[in-house]
Amino acid sequence: MLKITNLSATVAGKPILDGLTLTVPAGEVHAIMGPNGAGKSTLAYVLGGRPGYEVTGGSVTFTPARHPGLEPGPAFLGGQSEGRRVPGQARDDDGAVDLLALQPHERAAAGLFLGFQYPVEIPGVSYLQFLRESLNAQRRSRSEAELSGAEFIRLAKAQAALLGMDPDMLKRPVNVGFSGGEKKRAEMVQMGIMAPHLAILDETDSGLDIDALKAVGAGINSIMRAPDKAVLLITHYQRLLDYVKPDRVHVLRAGKIERSGGPELAHELEREGYAEVAA
Amino acid sequence: MNALPTRKLEAYRYADIDALASVWSDLAQPETIEIAAQQKLQQIWLPSAADVQIRRVELTIHEHASASIFALNTATRYGRIEIDVHLHEGAHFDLHAANIGAGNATLEIVTTVRHLAPAATSRQIVRSVLGGKATGSYLGKVAVARDAQLSDSEQSIKAMLLDRGATANAKPELEIYADDVKCAHGATVGELDREQLFYAASRGMDPATARALLLEGFIGGLWDGLEDPAIRDAASAALRAIA
Repeated sequence: MLKITNLSATVAGKPILDGLTLTVPAGEVHAIMGPNGAGKSTLAYVLGGRPGYEVTGGSVTFTPARHPGLEPGPAFLGGQSEGRRVPGQARDDDGAVDLLALQPHERAAAGLFLGFQYPVEIPGVSYLQFLRESLNAQRRSRSEAELSGAEFIRLAKAQAALLGMDPDMLKRPVNVGFSGGEKKRAEMVQMGIMAPHLAILDETDSGLDIDALKAVGAGINSIMRAPDKAVLLITHYQRLLDYVKPDRVHVLRAGKIERSGGPELAHELEREGYAEVAA
Repeated sequence: MNALPTRKLEAYRYADIDALASVWSDLAQPETIEIAAQQKLQQIWLPSAADVQIRRVELTIHEHASASIFALNTATRYGRIEIDVHLHEGAHFDLHAANIGAGNATLEIVTTVRHLAPAATSRQIVRSVLGGKATGSYLGKVAVARDAQLSDSEQSIKAMLLDRGATANAKPELEIYADDVKCAHGATVGELDREQLFYAASRGMDPATARALLLEGFIGGLWDGLEDPAIRDAASAALRAIA
């Protein structure tokens, strides 16, 4: 699904990622843990294509899994069916795309979802309008029919209900006046609506109380736990991993993967701290 | 017949005088509107297809009457909306207006609101979205007469510039002779927020769609008091054309 090879990147001329290599197969959830300043959020932004994050070396190949029998996923109520079409020259025969060659909106259309650590507020634009424009822009670029207002509202309400979010909140301006927990829950509702192949979730657990943490964990499992999907979960703490069981855990430090292991590695990190485990 | 104004006049300092000359003979005398005591008026001023569009209005609002004007200024060469408002006791005036343009357009909203008697209120909200080498201006004077106590006025002026060559002018002005009044004004000029643009892109919006949506959010609140969607739709179309 995702193959990162020897990736290096700078932010404002400062090297942050330094030869990072990581593979996430379809059907798996991988956690990336690491101390502050290790490059966790930079990795998320580089994969999402944020301006100002400059790739200086390496490659990223994204291969949206194609399982026609399994699509649409359980989270999707719309009429999505045919294989995904990716704009430009970036795609080769087995459906692999050179992710770094795509614009951010093309990455989304190819099936990548970036969950923000700090979701952005947009006064004057309702969530419904924002998400309908987003989804229909993705569908246009994949040559799929756009959803009507009624179809979209049905989809959005179903996804909000799944995450335990009051659907009326979707009538409000994007994230304006939302608490930290509500913003993160809304990110998961967005993920359910977009039905991506790969989700990169940047500290989705930060700022959540225990009930919200459970709801978000359950949302990730129901939306993304499928043979044709994968998740890269970036987190500081082990606690989200109690609800979303990772297949692999990686320690990111000084811009590269320092150690990888099974779920037990997260517990070891929690007990002994990054300094001990890394040593 | 009045002579063609020059840019030496404060109210015409940013005007396109050549464009004005082409239509001045029809405009030298402003249109007059009077609203009788206790009456309410609402008007929606939609743009036409003409490349020069000028509207000059003298609006007299009598005791405890009110007027709401919703105006969209999108002429491709020169658009000017000029309103001279006379407020009598307890009268109310509100203006919700947008300048939207690109290319070499010159767009202006020029107002004088005269609080002539006590307890009148006025509220002006003006938003400008300017691309290319367009210039958008708001010149607005609020004049409060000596015995117009308890006057309450507000001017909220914001502009968004899409390109380096675009210009916004905002000049709210107060002239107050009474001592028990409330007159608020604020003006800002900004650019689209990069965080918001990336957030929209990360959800799949191409850059033009994202810009248009954020700009609709920027001016959208202007039309909140209206049931009729005509001006909202016209503004959205104008934004999509320049985003």
